[in-house]
Amino acid sequence: MGQLTTRERDLAAAILLVLAIVGIAMAAAGRFDPIGVHGAIVLLYSLGLLYLIMSSSFGPPPDPSRISRYYDDPIKVGVWFTLLWAIFGMFIGVWAAAQLAWPSLNFDTAWASFGRIRPAHTTGVIFGFGGNALITTSFHVVQRTSRARLADQLSPWFVLFGYNLFCIVAVTGYFMGVTQSKEYAEAEWYADLWLVIVWVTYFVLYIRTLARRREPHIYVANWYYLAFIVVVAILHIINNLTVPVSLGHAKSYTIWPGVQDSMVQWWYGHNAVAFFLTAGFLAMLYYYLPKRAERPIFSYRLSILSFWGITFFYMWAGSHHLHYTALPHWVQNLGMTFSVMLLVPSWASAGNALLTLNGAWHKVRDDATLRFIMMAAFFYGLSTFEGSFLAVRPVNSLSHYTDWTVGHVHAGALGWVALITYGSLYTLVPAIWKRERMYSAALVEVHFWLAFAGTVIYVFAMWNSGIIQGLMWRTYTGEGTLAYSFVDSLVAMYPYYIARAFGGLLFLIGAVVATYNIWMTVRGVPALAERHEDVPVAAHLADGAATGPAE
Amino acid sequence: MRELIHRKLERTAIGFVLAIILAASVGGIVEIAPLFTIDETVEDVEDMRLYTPLELAGRNIYIREGCYACHSQMIRTLRDEVERYGPFSLAVESKYDHPMLWGSKRTGPDLARVGGKYSDFWHVAHLTNPRDVVPESNMPAYAWLARTPLRLDDLGSHLAAQRSVGVPYTDEMIENAARDAFGQAVPDSEQASGVTERYGEETQVSAFDGVATRVTEMDALVAYLQILGRLTKAAYQNTAAPEQVPDPSD
Repeated sequence: MGQLTTRERDLAAAILLVLAIVGIAMAAAGRFDPIGVHGAIVLLYSLGLLYLIMSSSFGPPPDPSRISRYYDDPIKVGVWFTLLWAIFGMFIGVWAAAQLAWPSLNFDTAWASFGRIRPAHTTGVIFGFGGNALITTSFHVVQRTSRARLADQLSPWFVLFGYNLFCIVAVTGYFMGVTQSKEYAEAEWYADLWLVIVWVTYFVLYIRTLARRREPHIYVANWYYLAFIVVVAILHIINNLTVPVSLGHAKSYTIWPGVQDSMVQWWYGHNAVAFFLTAGFLAMLYYYLPKRAERPIFSYRLSILSFWGITFFYMWAGSHHLHYTALPHWVQNLGMTFSVMLLVPSWASAGNALLTLNGAWHKVRDDATLRFIMMAAFFYGLSTFEGSFLAVRPVNSLSHYTDWTVGHVHAGALGWVALITYGSLYTLVPAIWKRERMYSAALVEVHFWLAFAGTVIYVFAMWNSGIIQGLMWRTYTGEGTLAYSFVDSLVAMYPYYIARAFGGLLFLIGAVVATYNIWMTVRGVPALAERHEDVPVAAHLADGAATGPAE
Repeated sequence: MRELIHRKLERTAIGFVLAIILAASVGGIVEIAPLFTIDETVEDVEDMRLYTPLELAGRNIYIREGCYACHSQMIRTLRDEVERYGPFSLAVESKYDHPMLWGSKRTGPDLARVGGKYSDFWHVAHLTNPRDVVPESNMPAYAWLARTPLRLDDLGSHLAAQRSVGVPYTDEMIENAARDAFGQAVPDSEQASGVTERYGEETQVSAFDGVATRVTEMDALVAYLQILGRLTKAAYQNTAAPEQVPDPSD
């Protein structure tokens, strides 16, 4: 925060004061309700940040030459948020997985029972880990590919800390039983409102930074970040339209009834996968892959094809979560059709990534970081194929409601999202801390094999359990009666549930290794000599008034 | 030619954003908007009833505890599901559900028609420790529900919020919400008769958790589980697999 001017510090203090007052109001209005606890959390969070701001308020004024450099301080903080949320979210995941095998592991407490920690896991990894990774890398990528400093100094901090406040309120809420029950949108109305404010700030910051670019064209990675920011806003607002019981109640009721709610929810749910877990991470792929491999992207045309294909087709695909349900048949058919077509742009992206590596495969062999990125592209191709396959109605009749879906999601979440994130972090960390290299290349290698083995064990366990479960449910005896009771199918699951928890544990250990390695890199690796090339072009002009030739 | 247009497009940030919004809105508009205008989407049924305040409170506990993460409430139009769980679910059966709880995963069995299949006593024993009744079960125990009194004083505002999203609760129902919740779980009380008056003769009034003097969260959750699939008989009419609605007194 040393780069903030006095005026910006005052503004930050004012925002935090307002937030603290909101926290007090929530605590007072909700003193008989979990929302009161959230009021206290908001209050403590804002006071803690206020202390940080105030204690630096008599510091020296910022160096005027900062304007001619990239603004990397928020990125550094974002890296730590990302790493900590990863460990938290994955730990809860392993715990939840273990509870399915050994149900007494909730120690007879309400807050730790499976139904409450499951959303804490999904929110912790998707929004905590994934979201922070996206925000952090987007601040890095948009500056480098636009050759421009972030458009503002205060709003990046607002986005970062505001977003993490949303995550904290969401996750603590689940432990208290505060949930909308909409999968991947469980956070209640006040957290959702707050996220809208944060997200609009994020969008404005992003678009203003793009407007300052000194490159005529907007680079592909930024298309994906833009799609991620814009479409997630649309999805979030529409799916979270609710009426709270009162201002002193955490509980709210969604405006969407029954069958319409199912469609809105899975239109949201599937496109959270598309625009949060796919578009945003493809943006990382399009920047960090060519950087690391030192090869240009294979095909510009394929990039265009896959970007617009994904943006257009994905929004139709949500209803494949509702095959054979009370949702009208025509919507199910549309969802299936578009899900199958989606394979084209998805494989165009994955193929584009893998073909980019032509001429650099020896680096994949030697450099574990590049192998992370390569393996992520491979898993992206694998899980998008699986996704299209599972969306076909007859296949879905077997797979739906089983662990196969869970396995599919984790092939994407572990194999694609987490691997590309760590590959990007291993590229980003030495660059923004200006270190010669990572602390230990061997530990990156160890992490790669832990993550890869964990993913493979997890996914194979869930494929097996899901298919067995689906088949047992529909097996008939010779007399034409159902062969297995539900409990029979549950008993068959236990070995796979143990294997799954083990796979997840390996992945979690990998995340801890990564955090240690990055910590030691920042602490102990000698700094590079000043990197003269890592400044915006025409830095001497960078007074905010000059605009690029294309605007 | 296409490339030329795109080269122009990718030089304006605002234009690009507008193009994204345009491309991304089509799917949602085409698939969601007609669900509100096409009449056949939700069947017209005469006998569909509302959740009583106690059942609604139970539904909120079901949501709070994340039961939907392991139990679906949607029987698909597949032979094995109909034979295992009962007639396939109709859209009208979740007409008053805000939100729907169709679920996406069956770590445990589907619950769309669990109402009336087991006794109240079975449910209480099962929720207190599932392994007492089903030794192989991996469901968490919810023993504390029977120890936790149900909050009654704000049920009226819950019903009012439900009405504002379209569930037709009357002023009378909203006014009497707390009394009705108490009466439904305390059969010998004077409040008990109001429940059947307002929500129909078939409403189950019972000491769900076995204690007829106070209202706990266990009462509410069991009351909710017992109404699942029994808000209307529509699913049992004109179906390929005719079946009787389960009757808890059997």
